[in-house]
Amino acid sequence: MIQTVYTIKENKRLTETVYKMVLAGDTSSFTAPGQFINIKLDGFYLRRPISVCDWEENLLTIVYKVVGKGTEVMAELKEGTLLNCLVGLGNGFNPEKSGEKPLLIGGGVGVPPMYGLCKELIKQGKKPTVILGFNTKDEIFLEDDFKALGAEVYVTTVDGSYGVKGFVTDAMKNLDYTYFYTCGPMPMFKAIENTAVTSGQYSFEERMGCGFGACMGCSCKTKYGNKRICKDGPVLEREEIIW
Amino acid sequence: MVNTKVTLSGIELDNPVIPASGTFGFGYEFAEIYDINELGTFSFKGTTKDPRFGNPTPRIAECTAGMINSVGLQNPGVEKVIEEELPKLAKCFRKKVMANVSGFSIDEYAYTCEKLDKEDQVGWLEVNVSCPNVHNGGMSFGTSTEAVKDVVKAVKSVTTKPVYMKLSPNVTDIVSIAKACEDAGADGISMINTLLGMRIDLKTKKPVVANKMGGFSGSAILPVAVRMVYQVYEAVKIPIIGMGGITTAEDVIEMMLAGATAVQVGAANLIDPFASKNIIDDLPRVMKKYGIEKLTDIIGGAH
Repeated sequence: MIQTVYTIKENKRLTETVYKMVLAGDTSSFTAPGQFINIKLDGFYLRRPISVCDWEENLLTIVYKVVGKGTEVMAELKEGTLLNCLVGLGNGFNPEKSGEKPLLIGGGVGVPPMYGLCKELIKQGKKPTVILGFNTKDEIFLEDDFKALGAEVYVTTVDGSYGVKGFVTDAMKNLDYTYFYTCGPMPMFKAIENTAVTSGQYSFEERMGCGFGACMGCSCKTKYGNKRICKDGPVLEREEIIW
Repeated sequence: MVNTKVTLSGIELDNPVIPASGTFGFGYEFAEIYDINELGTFSFKGTTKDPRFGNPTPRIAECTAGMINSVGLQNPGVEKVIEEELPKLAKCFRKKVMANVSGFSIDEYAYTCEKLDKEDQVGWLEVNVSCPNVHNGGMSFGTSTEAVKDVVKAVKSVTTKPVYMKLSPNVTDIVSIAKACEDAGADGISMINTLLGMRIDLKTKKPVVANKMGGFSGSAILPVAVRMVYQVYEAVKIPIIGMGGITTAEDVIEMMLAGATAVQVGAANLIDPFASKNIIDDLPRVMKKYGIEKLTDIIGGAH
């Protein structure tokens, strides 16, 4: 973890409630896809933890959903604004376990961290299949970005307005995969847990105090003892999770 | 050159800044980002006899200029603290540490304090009496003069190190509680713990934290803490460690003027992991600005 100041290079609306923000600054503390940053916003006491979508040297992309007052303020921030951030937080995805044909499943605002992971897996010569789950066609984002990486992409919509009608697990059933990685809402996780036929990794969300392991605000019980979502997670392995 | 040294029950601190229990873990997380030997000392994560997971999540809610937590004393239990956490701490911290202890019965307080008292690195015991007493209908020890006296006497009878009683502000008269601690033989007072609070989510129309209520801390509570330290300073002779919302070096001076010999920094560490260090670095500048050469000169100066 380091504390640093990022400069907003771009803050663009992707859908009704989802925005993409490109930040310039020190990215040297990131070690794995699925890590997050914790952003200080003027007028708010706690920072906002947001997962990293993609990063390269001195450039970082987050894709976030407006869900409350903090993210409403973020959506209004202009290019050139400076953001105080704690960066390189959390224990991200471990791509080494993927096998040849990993399956990546993102649900809603859980989609962004799968992008950086997909990029890394392709770099390692793996052949990832991606399932992106949304409620409806208007909510879809990043589909083309995943395709541009060269991944095989399936989109599901609950209302059937685009792609496969139903849930991510409806697309998952007929696929052949060696391992899975997922990020998304808890009902989706539970459905995946009942459907998946391989080992895998889940990226969890929890209300955080500090985001770096000090306050114990976001603890959970696992088969191997108590873990902090912010520091020991957000990514946990299937075998250790207590549902 | 200003003098920031203070003394707590015979142990000299380079400066009065002490990260508060529950906001600094067992120190080594912070040692990864700066040299924690710059601190006066710190108070480690509240330790109980048995391991505790604490309360269900969510345990955190945001407030204006503060936050609510209902962590519920998650800790690995005193045996593991001694076997695993303190050896890790010893590698990065060469000063005496403050051992924060909680309990749910008089016997638990005594058991945990007796164990930690034997550890060389422990300089002081800080006893949190905000916990519910399981033998008395769950009423907090810290809300009754008789119950706090019993805790002080039990702990003092099995320990050799200075005992600081960490008081809850959620009482009718904190002065009488502090006096009871002093009468029973406590070596000092730590105050204040968090204020009981609640936030309600307008979308779900339910309390934000799973435990419904939690402890409110952060810069919003500084005036409450300053007032209570001021009142207790007039009533007791034992030293006070003042805390509650301290975020800046100016806040440190204000708390010491109210009567604190040292201060603790809590929630601020969670927002900015460098908060305690930054306060220490800024203290000489603020002391000069207000014409203070020696910090000990201003303790209780507002009276």
